[in-house]
Amino acid sequence: MASTEAHLPAGLLSPAERELLHQTWSDRPGFWGWVTAVDHKSVAKRYIFTAFLFFILGGLEAAAIRAQLARPENHLLDPDQYNQIFTMHGTTMMFLFGVPVQLAMAIYLVPLMVGTRNISFPRLNALGYWTYLIGGLFLYSGFILNTGPDAGWFSYVPLAGPQFSAGKRVDVWAQTVTFTEIAALIAAVELIVTILKQRAPGMSLNRIPVYVWAVLVTSFVVLFAMPSVALASMMLAMDRLVGSHFFNPAEGGDPLLWQHLYWFFGHPEVYIMFIPAAGFVSDIIPVFARRKMFGHTALVLSLVATGFVSFGLWVHHMFTTGLPQLGQSFFTGASLMIAIPSGVQVFCWIATLWAGRPRFATPLLFVIGFIVLFVCGGITGVMVASVPFDQQAHDTYFIVAHLHYVQVGAFVFPLFAAIYFWFPKMTGRLLSERLGKWNFWLFFIGVNVTFFPQHFLGLMGMTRRVYTYLPETGWGPLNLLSSVGAAMIGVSVLVFIANVFLSLREGVPAGDDPWGAHTLEWATASPPPPFNFAHLPVVGGLYPNWERGADAPVVTGLGNSHREVLATTVMDAVPDAIQTHPGPSVAPLLVALAIGVTFITGVFTPWGFVVGPVLLFPTMLMWLWPRRKPAAERAWCEERV
Amino acid sequence: MTRPPPRPGRAPALLALAALASACAHSDMSAVDPAGPQAGRIAGMTWYLTIVGTVVFIITIGFLLYALWRGNRRVESYAGEGAERHIRRWVIGATAVTTAILLVTLVYDFATGRALARFAEPDALTIRVTGHQWWWQAQYIDPDPSKRFETANEIHVPVGRRVRIEVRAADVIHSFWVPNLHGKVDLIPGYTNTTYFRADRAGIYHGRCAEFCGYQHARMDFLVIADPPARFAGWYRDQLRSSVPPADSVRQVGEQVFMGTRCAMCHAIRGTEAGSRVGPDLTHLASRGTIASATLPNTRGHLAGWVLDPQSQKPGVYMPPNQLKPDELHALLSYLQSLK
Repeated sequence: MASTEAHLPAGLLSPAERELLHQTWSDRPGFWGWVTAVDHKSVAKRYIFTAFLFFILGGLEAAAIRAQLARPENHLLDPDQYNQIFTMHGTTMMFLFGVPVQLAMAIYLVPLMVGTRNISFPRLNALGYWTYLIGGLFLYSGFILNTGPDAGWFSYVPLAGPQFSAGKRVDVWAQTVTFTEIAALIAAVELIVTILKQRAPGMSLNRIPVYVWAVLVTSFVVLFAMPSVALASMMLAMDRLVGSHFFNPAEGGDPLLWQHLYWFFGHPEVYIMFIPAAGFVSDIIPVFARRKMFGHTALVLSLVATGFVSFGLWVHHMFTTGLPQLGQSFFTGASLMIAIPSGVQVFCWIATLWAGRPRFATPLLFVIGFIVLFVCGGITGVMVASVPFDQQAHDTYFIVAHLHYVQVGAFVFPLFAAIYFWFPKMTGRLLSERLGKWNFWLFFIGVNVTFFPQHFLGLMGMTRRVYTYLPETGWGPLNLLSSVGAAMIGVSVLVFIANVFLSLREGVPAGDDPWGAHTLEWATASPPPPFNFAHLPVVGGLYPNWERGADAPVVTGLGNSHREVLATTVMDAVPDAIQTHPGPSVAPLLVALAIGVTFITGVFTPWGFVVGPVLLFPTMLMWLWPRRKPAAERAWCEERV
Repeated sequence: MTRPPPRPGRAPALLALAALASACAHSDMSAVDPAGPQAGRIAGMTWYLTIVGTVVFIITIGFLLYALWRGNRRVESYAGEGAERHIRRWVIGATAVTTAILLVTLVYDFATGRALARFAEPDALTIRVTGHQWWWQAQYIDPDPSKRFETANEIHVPVGRRVRIEVRAADVIHSFWVPNLHGKVDLIPGYTNTTYFRADRAGIYHGRCAEFCGYQHARMDFLVIADPPARFAGWYRDQLRSSVPPADSVRQVGEQVFMGTRCAMCHAIRGTEAGSRVGPDLTHLASRGTIASATLPNTRGHLAGWVLDPQSQKPGVYMPPNQLKPDELHALLSYLQSLK
């Protein structure tokens, strides 16, 4: 068993042992190493990078939308192009950027924050990334080949059904959703296991950082929400491909069934993006307020409550469908109720800033911007929770304004705060503060200039998803203003990209802990070594990095010659078992390719679902092939027994 | 165009926000410029939510800015047992106030919803509205079959009388929305939804499809025209009549063009052989102020452009282009413009 022997330099690693540990946990070098990588940091970095590429693509689509709407009767885009572009914008931002980037950040940060050497299922983790990548490439290949989906990011049937969307456009959308579901479910499972079973000794439930709690809640939300859209997108694909009639009213199907299934996933999805973002904020504020977070327990309970209540809101997307009023009133109640845990969090954040001594570095600026935008988006959220008001606001630019305040304000802003905060940990270099401030102010002003006027456009009758409007509507000036704001956001993102590339080359070296932060990831080098921690730390409080002395106890006794990970108990994080993790493998990539062939061929012929398993079988066999323990590992195990 | 002149807003001058908000009320399709009791109720709710929301926003952000200013001046963090207790009191207080505001909002919301549901009463004029890609079919329903008729895109209603709108969809989901009169209701294939409204002022109220429905979702508008009861009764009588066979030769040629080309395959003109229900009923086309789902004025020029090449006006629309010789077009337009 691993022991938690303190003050025993004898048990600590010699430089040679450290080198061995490094070799054991490293991904292989070169191209082969790149496709076989299973280190959570390598996978997460490419995940985050890919997600940001999709963020930029989604942003370009937004720019095209705003250019088209800048003046009435604009002919920049025809309706066919416009419909594809706004569908791609929504689909990209929700499925290829929003959910994946949050899970990717968690894949990077959670193992470091809980003090373990790798994520729980490293090969599965790699599979998740490859599946997501194939899904994203598939969607964009379709778009480039003029087969981009054009029925909106929630693909309401019957418009998205076989009769009114001929061709393969909606099939491409449905299968992309399937790929991203697989990736999200994979990430959720491995994050839950990592958090529950691989925490450093001493990190009992009450000492888990808020962000890690947020990821745990999010992962459970993913686990319960994703199957609903998986079912829905499969039913849609079947309606389109093999002539089932799930959504066809003429044959006893029901178009409203789609809306229920979709929003049962779609509303929690908002919280899949928001809950980890709130976690970022709760772990960033104490660092820059230079004070412990006020109300840790309240914050965690708020996140848990948000996770639960998020499943009781979906009908507020359907207030105009003619559902019974009594039924709708429950969803109004739930939609108002979710403002309470959000309010509690905002009050705790403000209280901590008030009681602390804030240091206005870029991460804190983004956090402050977040609070302002989130309060605004939250209040309009309370407004649209009201059935009568929503019957006016629904499907207008008021909703567009609300959802962007919530998505950009409550998800992208904390994400940028997190990137500015953890970039030094990931790369070893700090991002430029000066460019960071430009980035923040352009972004903050841009978001408000873009989206605030849209509230008024909505109340003035401008419906969403219109490719043009007549000059007589009087919507021209506010739309132009909105487009100017979008240009500011564009410049701000360019500043961010420049900042990332300049800082990678000549940024200030970060050191282990540039911010004086409190969580465990700052207790190791920047960037962290492949094994994360030479000695797994032993945690004695909620702020381990602030509370640890130089002679704090560490874990010794894990093997260096093979990938040993310490498993601890769920409640109290008492050492429980030692588990050997698998090493690099190309099997995840091959399995992902087999899945890709299955679903992509499935768009064109049902035979795809026959070919797929034939390909999956050998790749899964390769993955699961039993491994003989190398001599060194056997010797180590025998010695320990 | 057929849009009425903007009306002065009724925004309270209390808040700076209201100034911009009143710009909304100046809009032709304003949700806060009600012309009937339903939209009026909702507008009241809208003002309540906007004002309460603005106040809450200002107070919360005020606290945030104060917190940053106060924190920035601290030499030492405010921590310890007493500090935590002090902060806890404030946070619990703020949460209690939030909860109270939400409860009041909930009760007000239920009361408004209840009031809106009460407007459903039996003596209403019933109009069945069917959404098509991308136009509106309107059938006036009466127990007496001889008092039923059909029109499209322009829905006349009597001022002061309750109107019951029964909505259906012919193809995909649409949503029926006249902001000045009521919130929207979806048209869903396989379902019949019902909404009630009453126009208390005569006028022309702009409506549009609010649920994305394909290429021409942006140009699927309609008008609700509220007439004083006597005028409405006259209009109703006129609409019940079938078309009169044209007397002069040009229009007779025009009628032949209509019956002999593709027009008659989709459109109906009561009193003639044309009886198809694929496109809008044209029996009283000339009595309408607009064409192309209330997006173009019904003038001879626009009608000519629309007949020849609808795709240039509304790309993706199901009406095909028509190649007509100039004299045929001239005759057809004369005929169509005679369909009063």
